[in-house]
Amino acid sequence: MQSTESLFENLRQDFPILKRTVRDNKPLVYLDNASTTQKPNQVIDTITDYYRNHNANIHRAVYALAEESTEAYESTRDKIASFVNVKHRQEIIFVRGTTEAINLVAYAWGRPHIHEGDIIVTTEYEHHSNIVPWQLLTQEKHAKLEYIRMDDDGELILDDLDKFLATGKVKLVTFSLMSNVLGTITDAQKIIEKCKTAGVLTLIDGAQAVPHMKVDIEKLGCDFFAFSGHKMLGPTGIGVLWVKQPVLETMVPFHGGGDMIREVHKYETTWNDLPYKFEAGTPNIADVIGFGAAIDYLTKIGMDNVREHEVELTKYAMDALSKVKGLHIYGTKDMSKRGGVISFNFADVHPHDVAQIIDEEGIAVRSGHHCAQVLMERLNVAATSRASFYIYNTKEDIDILVNSLNTVAKVFKL
Amino acid sequence: MSSNADIYHEMIVDYSRNPANYGKIDDHDVTFHDSNPLCGDSIDIDMKIDDDKVTDIKFHGRGCAICMACSSVLTEITKGKTLDEARAIDKNDVLSELGLEHLQAVRIKCALLSLKVLKSALYAYIGEHLENTQDLDTLKEEAANLY
Repeated sequence: MQSTESLFENLRQDFPILKRTVRDNKPLVYLDNASTTQKPNQVIDTITDYYRNHNANIHRAVYALAEESTEAYESTRDKIASFVNVKHRQEIIFVRGTTEAINLVAYAWGRPHIHEGDIIVTTEYEHHSNIVPWQLLTQEKHAKLEYIRMDDDGELILDDLDKFLATGKVKLVTFSLMSNVLGTITDAQKIIEKCKTAGVLTLIDGAQAVPHMKVDIEKLGCDFFAFSGHKMLGPTGIGVLWVKQPVLETMVPFHGGGDMIREVHKYETTWNDLPYKFEAGTPNIADVIGFGAAIDYLTKIGMDNVREHEVELTKYAMDALSKVKGLHIYGTKDMSKRGGVISFNFADVHPHDVAQIIDEEGIAVRSGHHCAQVLMERLNVAATSRASFYIYNTKEDIDILVNSLNTVAKVFKL
Repeated sequence: MSSNADIYHEMIVDYSRNPANYGKIDDHDVTFHDSNPLCGDSIDIDMKIDDDKVTDIKFHGRGCAICMACSSVLTEITKGKTLDEARAIDKNDVLSELGLEHLQAVRIKCALLSLKVLKSALYAYIGEHLENTQDLDTLKEEAANLY
């Protein structure tokens, strides 16, 4: 049994992209993991192996390849069920990603259940994917969209929620378990408790949380939960929507087509069983199977180890960055409430200029509004720079980042 | 160009700190706003137009150093030009002034946001003051081909 420290050192070997150099022969320092993560050989090889040896459509044909393909595809559903602890595999729907998952809920649940005057509650630190679908729905239904505000530490003001719930008109409260900009970990338990008492459904955007910490959906007790594969070592174009079965049964189909039907006649159709009712057409088979390999990989490391590694890196980075003169870090300093995401601004230098200058050192950080313009307005900034960590990042990566800021200071005469 | 960071030369940094023609014109004859959906950069241009000539131009908004420097240079180039001359301003007129001819694709939109706003403002103004409606199609075509 190797120590966790050597475990994290050694796993870099599994990521071929980390061996390459960028720009002027600089080793790649990849710090944009909140956007998407790199893929280990285990995931890449699983996908190529599928296309080389097992490719066939699922759920239909009786020949050997189709059987292998179907089994591999469905086994990912079981892996997900145990990874995020859900009891019933038929509650897990494969989608393209978190965005599609939330849109599916807004359409297939929202359209039959939201009426004029109803309220949907979201928060000020949501990604656009947890705002825009609800704007579309509430505008169409003449319903209302309300926001739980955020305090200056980047934490939600839950008194707002009480106020909205007291109207008796709230039908859904939707929030991210971890902010993609501030890294704030939402007090989901408290929100869900309040909503349950009020008889209101809850949706959790888990895109930033599931890759970085142990998530137990059963224990959370929400009604909808969404996350993406590509932010947790898996391929792009695959994600998960989980819906509690009694709620799922009240939802209308999202896409019509093959695989989602039981019987089709000229003028009427009956639907397939759950979850297939919501998986129309040939799905993204190869990437679902690749996602399964990513889950295996993370399971082997252990999500508590992942979290511990990131807490240590984030602490180290917060310490180092807060010593840089003129650098402002957004969000809470309480590490128990923060994931491995650090958004900052450096004096009066625009984040795009910061990102471009440090790109010369091989550093990949994100700059911009991070698909969270409502939050940018709240922070009263146009953009931020964001460094976000994952299992393969090291303290050395952070040292390179901090040193590169000297170049920025020099260029902009800070 | 040896390195992308070389674009941050003296002139760009100076303009980003002290942009030229920055501000508003309260009694403008035309104003236009646009933003870059990818990065959130946002620019407004106000113009004063007398006898088909741009007699004053100012911009305001927020953006990166590239965006602020290019907006500064663009407004300097435009001031005093006739509407036809302003219409003919090309992206290279702005980029070459700042040595940004080889700017990477991802940053070109930062550099040319203000040019897009200027052209849109000009089309809006010219469209409103057209005497010959035949010119409208030409104008629309020119606007459609902006990017």
